[in-house]
Amino acid sequence: MATFQPSLARSAPSVAATNRLIRNTYSLLALTLLFSGLTAGLSMVLAMPPMVHLLSLGGALALIWFVLPKAARSAHGLWAVFAITGLLGFGLGPILSYYLALPNGSNIVMTAFGGTGVIFLALSGYALTARRDFSFLGGFLFTGFVVVLVAAVANIFLQIPVLSLVISAVVILIMSGFILFDTSRMVNGGETNYVLATVSLYLSIFNIFIHLLHLLGFASGDD
Amino acid sequence: MDWMQIGSALLLGAMLVFLVPRLPGILRATPEASGKQWLAALLPIALVGAFVLLLMMLA
Repeated sequence: MATFQPSLARSAPSVAATNRLIRNTYSLLALTLLFSGLTAGLSMVLAMPPMVHLLSLGGALALIWFVLPKAARSAHGLWAVFAITGLLGFGLGPILSYYLALPNGSNIVMTAFGGTGVIFLALSGYALTARRDFSFLGGFLFTGFVVVLVAAVANIFLQIPVLSLVISAVVILIMSGFILFDTSRMVNGGETNYVLATVSLYLSIFNIFIHLLHLLGFASGDD
Repeated sequence: MDWMQIGSALLLGAMLVFLVPRLPGILRATPEASGKQWLAALLPIALVGAFVLLLMMLA
């Protein structure tokens, strides 16, 4: 029999479960970001070619689509998360090497790193403290993301520099929306699996960092 | 067109093939929201845009 449970009258275990989910998600997110940093560093030391970025991205997407949905509900979930984030970090190596070789490169990379951190902490803090339900953003964000993907495919053939900047700016805004959406799903019970929540937040952070690097590289006149 | 561009096009194409069939279901499952709710979401996103512009001007 269905029971009415308004959000204000949530039971103590439910609140405790939400707090545990948030704590586990942010702990795992911190570990995966650290692990990505290590694999990115390894990739830079090994001087991996740019194609490694695409191969790593392809491998990570295959794991996200075909392995994670099943593994997330088993003990293998953690292995899948570290495999995905490790691959994405390894693929980041050639991009970081490219930017660090530019005259103002270390400044661009550090600004993108710090800027991504500020954006993530501010949006997560807002969603966690406001405790609003941002589930209504889902359709808007996914539609926007599909439109951006179509534009990105088109720009591979069109090669319009301004369009690539617009795509990067829009991706940052969409991923910012996804941070609100995913955090609100954790707070309001839409997501109960910390492995899936971690991967969602990680992908938003990853995309914001990559596209902020692109915009800052352009703004500094080096990209 | 080099191998990087072909690879990028294939990867983005695969993402579209994976995402587009799921889009109608996501749209159906998305609840309606009031203007006030949209403002509460779009204001912080607009602030992110302003922050990124600031970073670009300082770069």
